Amino acid sequence: MSIRRRLALVLGGFAIFTAAILTWAPTVGSTAISLARAFDRSIPWESNVDAQIFFVARLPRVLAGALVGAALAAAGVVLQALLRNPLATPFTLGVSAGASLGAMLAVTMQLEFGLLGITSIPLASFAGSLLATGIVYALAASQRRGLSTNVLLLAGVTLNAFFSALILFVQYIADFAEALRAIRWMMGGLDVASYTPIVAALPFVLLAFGAFAVMPRTLNLLSIGAEAASARGVEVKTAQRVAFLSASLATGAAVSLGGPIGFIGIVVPHLVRLLVGADHRIVLPASALFGASFLVVCDLAARTVMSPLEIPVGVVTALIGGPFFLWLLVKRS
Amino acid sequence: MAVGETIVTRIGWKWRPALAGLLVAVAVATGAAQPPRRIISLVPAVTEILFAIGAGPHVVAVSNYDVEPPEVRSLPTVGALLDPDTERIIAMKPDLVITYGSQDDLKTQLTRVKIPFFDYRHGGLEHIIATMRALGARTGNVNQADQAARSLQTAIDAVRQRVAGKPRPRTLLVFGREPGSLRNIYASAGRGFLHDMLVAAGGEDVLDDIDKESAHISAEIVLARPPDVIIELNAATRLNEADLKKVVDPWMRLSSVPAVKNGRVIVLTGPGMTVPGPRVAEGVEKIARALHP
Repeated sequence: MSIRRRLALVLGGFAIFTAAILTWAPTVGSTAISLARAFDRSIPWESNVDAQIFFVARLPRVLAGALVGAALAAAGVVLQALLRNPLATPFTLGVSAGASLGAMLAVTMQLEFGLLGITSIPLASFAGSLLATGIVYALAASQRRGLSTNVLLLAGVTLNAFFSALILFVQYIADFAEALRAIRWMMGGLDVASYTPIVAALPFVLLAFGAFAVMPRTLNLLSIGAEAASARGVEVKTAQRVAFLSASLATGAAVSLGGPIGFIGIVVPHLVRLLVGADHRIVLPASALFGASFLVVCDLAARTVMSPLEIPVGVVTALIGGPFFLWLLVKRS
Repeated sequence: MAVGETIVTRIGWKWRPALAGLLVAVAVATGAAQPPRRIISLVPAVTEILFAIGAGPHVVAVSNYDVEPPEVRSLPTVGALLDPDTERIIAMKPDLVITYGSQDDLKTQLTRVKIPFFDYRHGGLEHIIATMRALGARTGNVNQADQAARSLQTAIDAVRQRVAGKPRPRTLLVFGREPGSLRNIYASAGRGFLHDMLVAAGGEDVLDDIDKESAHISAEIVLARPPDVIIELNAATRLNEADLKKVVDPWMRLSSVPAVKNGRVIVLTGPGMTVPGPRVAEGVEKIARALHP
């Protein structure tokens, strides 16, 4: 089968699956609603509870889940190829720790600034992710010959640990209630109850996806090795930079929208590779699609299983993702 | 003393002052214990209780978070719930330390150096009053404690009577939320002093069925269990018109909720609302005025 046909077939399948999940998810929840009433325009908005549950409580959640899931899964694929390390995740290079530190400072210092309807916590966490990305990039780029993936990895891991220590320190000196709120943020949450934060994160994720779109061939070569890629005409330096920066941008935007939701960026790419092989032309878009549906389903569990209480979505992804990933490891070896 | 406290909580209301008196009498008669003269409190709510029952002058140190009554602001601090400074506490030679239920390490240390402690955990409104009496007995302030407990009970009962028979609005009592949005809503659920305060003030808790002190709920729950009134506790001492609007604005998205539709999203300011001490009477009064204007 030609690659084009295979691409169309596999991606068509993933797209249909994801579309089905995204259509189904907002129709179910902790309360039974009537879809007929929700879409009935003759009922005034102010008195249409079903419509408000559908359009204010659920749809933004599902869309946020899809955006965050797609961004984290795709960023995971890109970083695993760039670092040539199957254990790399979107959080390996310190981006999420930077974002968490930003959010933590916003929570504990009770910052209440806003920009174009975006509140302080997402803004601060996005700023934190950019700071972390900048530091790691500067360190890795100071090497003369391209980005050193070793330096990138070590700098990322160290920065993660360092930021985590700062987070603990800030948490420790914070007030009790604030520390609790900050801890809750770290568990991830998609109950945005508004479209504004989604619209704010969208351009950054789209920008990153624009870069991802031209990357698959290069990633295929980079995952063999920088020298092999270079021999086949890849501008290794540029490719590495674009890959690192776009993956970090996607991760930063995703974390500022939904918090540092774990496991998506590692479980989804590996599962997809298991299903469709290692060709990044297929793995990258399929992971984005599957990441979207995976997180939406996890969030569906988060909002219904213990209703009326919420389970933090990061806990759900870890509970499903952890055992699943172990099973995958055992099965492959 | 632990045994004594268990008895106190099991015996009916009427007999508590008498029993407390008896306990002190027995203690004094046997020479078992002088009332403590150097008290350290690690629980802000209990510090307020100590001052309310007349044991304030004997409080020699408090937790890092203590601010009320104003007298405590000049006292030395010895850590807090998660990080009590055991060394400093022991060095200050207290003869009574107020600990919180979860401070197991501290309690072990205190036992080892034979410093008596009074163990406390947050509970409902009744528990505040029971704690007043138990501490009165423990600190030798039985009469004053009894008086404080009775005046607190009277104040709450007065509100209860005033709202009795009035329709009870279904109420959501929110005490935490991400600023500027409806994310991470924390509300009082079916247990604890905030729930008791809401019920005493003549409201029906929309999260009555959740057997927890607090619940983290989504926007969908607010829409699906539409409250007639939303009361939001805000730690700020005062909010001006513009700030108030900023706090209330995010709720406007849920326009099908009666509380929103009828302009009954009410912000109650003041840090005292979330402290289960003597100031709960004020809190009950404030909530009652919000629910039954």
